Amino acid sequence: MSDWKDDVEILVHEGKISVPYSWTVGSTLSRFYCELRDNGKIWANRCPSCGTTFVPPKIKCINCYEEPHDWVELPGTGTVETYTVVRYEEPSMHPRKAPFVYGVIKMDGADTGIVHFIGDVDPEQVKVGMRVEAVLEDEREGNILDIRHFRPLA
Amino acid sequence: MEKVAIIGVGYTKYAQNSPLTFAEMVFEATTKALEDAGITRDEVDNVVSVSSDFWDGRTISSMAISDASGAYGKDITTVEGDGTFGALYGMMRILSGSFGVSIVCAHHKGTESNMNGITNCAFDPLVERKLGLDAVSSAALQARRYMSKYGLLEEQFALVSVKNHGNAKKNPIALLPMDITVEDVMNSRKVADPLKVLDCSPVTDGACTLILAAERQAKKLTTNKKRVWMKGVGHCSDAFRLGDRDLADMRALKKAAKRAYEMAGISDPLKEIDFAEVYDAFSYMEPLWLEGLGICDDGKGCEYLERGWFNADGKFPVNVSGGRLSANPVQSAGLYAMAEAVLQLRGEAGERQLDGVETALVHGINGMCGQSHCVWVLGR
Repeated sequence: MSDWKDDVEILVHEGKISVPYSWTVGSTLSRFYCELRDNGKIWANRCPSCGTTFVPPKIKCINCYEEPHDWVELPGTGTVETYTVVRYEEPSMHPRKAPFVYGVIKMDGADTGIVHFIGDVDPEQVKVGMRVEAVLEDEREGNILDIRHFRPLA
Repeated sequence: MEKVAIIGVGYTKYAQNSPLTFAEMVFEATTKALEDAGITRDEVDNVVSVSSDFWDGRTISSMAISDASGAYGKDITTVEGDGTFGALYGMMRILSGSFGVSIVCAHHKGTESNMNGITNCAFDPLVERKLGLDAVSSAALQARRYMSKYGLLEEQFALVSVKNHGNAKKNPIALLPMDITVEDVMNSRKVADPLKVLDCSPVTDGACTLILAAERQAKKLTTNKKRVWMKGVGHCSDAFRLGDRDLADMRALKKAAKRAYEMAGISDPLKEIDFAEVYDAFSYMEPLWLEGLGICDDGKGCEYLERGWFNADGKFPVNVSGGRLSANPVQSAGLYAMAEAVLQLRGEAGERQLDGVETALVHGINGMCGQSHCVWVLGR
């Protein structure tokens, strides 16, 4: 005797969850984004105890939990620590079309890396150790995309 | 300290687009685990579920499986993360003295949603999420960092995929048992350099359940053959933001492993442990984590892989089940790995049974690029 389950048509219900959020950016990151938006500057903060300099800035040092209250302006240049060429499309998620490059950039004057796009370069030419500089958007809104990308230093 | 045993395991066959709801999957896995232990749900007094609300598409999703997991009329609590962390919580609840026999169940239906979209939501909405990062692209950044730090080659990572898909051929529940070559991996579609499709685990559906019991109850309820002891466990996490870590530095895993080995009384893991199930959602991760686990020196994982150490017939078999590369139901994967270790230690692993194994290492991660690690030592 056959099981009724062998014959049943399994239905699939399509759905989507769309819930708006308003996330506070907090005082530390707000200062970072306001400097970026209003003055076109990239600032980091430094732990007074261990000297680690964070970009984007941190509320607390991840090593000693001291408040990194020393703020330093970075020159906007750095070195590619690692990168990937993304070759798949996720239109609702990716701000640009594939192929594009993500990198972790060690900015000069900072000890941590910043993840961002590497642009103005053939993706196949990106290398670990490549020197790069931040390129800012002309119209800035106070978020991470105010940095358009990092491009190779001439 | 009182000892805790795994006295039963149960799981669904790995699937894609499973016709079962996730609650039905949990019911199947839990029913099998109770049968395996030879007990009924009346002997269980609490349930730890492992799930992800984002993946389930509903909040407080442990409530959606409370009946399916046998928790009706009992206490149920949830861990969001890898199953290895759920097992840790289950053990802690027993050791607290508040609970006796415990069910730890995990479910994951990856094929019902969009993996990239969900893992993108793991990133800080104030920083990296807007860039569109996800599990795959962040893993690619880690793979490249690992390569450049130690001068490794993509072909070496490909060998992990060849080995684990090959191992899966002896695992009747595996999703992707395959005979492939390094060239096949190298020629597979590029996803996010240096990762190709065959360096990445498949989106998978699966539920797995373990039954845990303290020594006194374990000995009362089960025969010696069924009991596998949780001899040591350690867990440790690192910074949230990718850029705050050196992605090829294993400091958190090293701490987690040290704690697990100390608890289990192990001083030389390579000699004293017989085999491992290590998190390999991406091929490069297996050698990287093996270094963090102290099985080989930093930067040497690929070299030993090439020498065959980690083959099923090698000095230290790794992912004999086929690993996550052959099936990766994210939240459940850690429990499947523990269940595999249990079967091996009981001598019930069928065609893939390893000879004379007494001590197993199981490793799971939580967070992007191994932000957090859980290390288990299981033994007879």
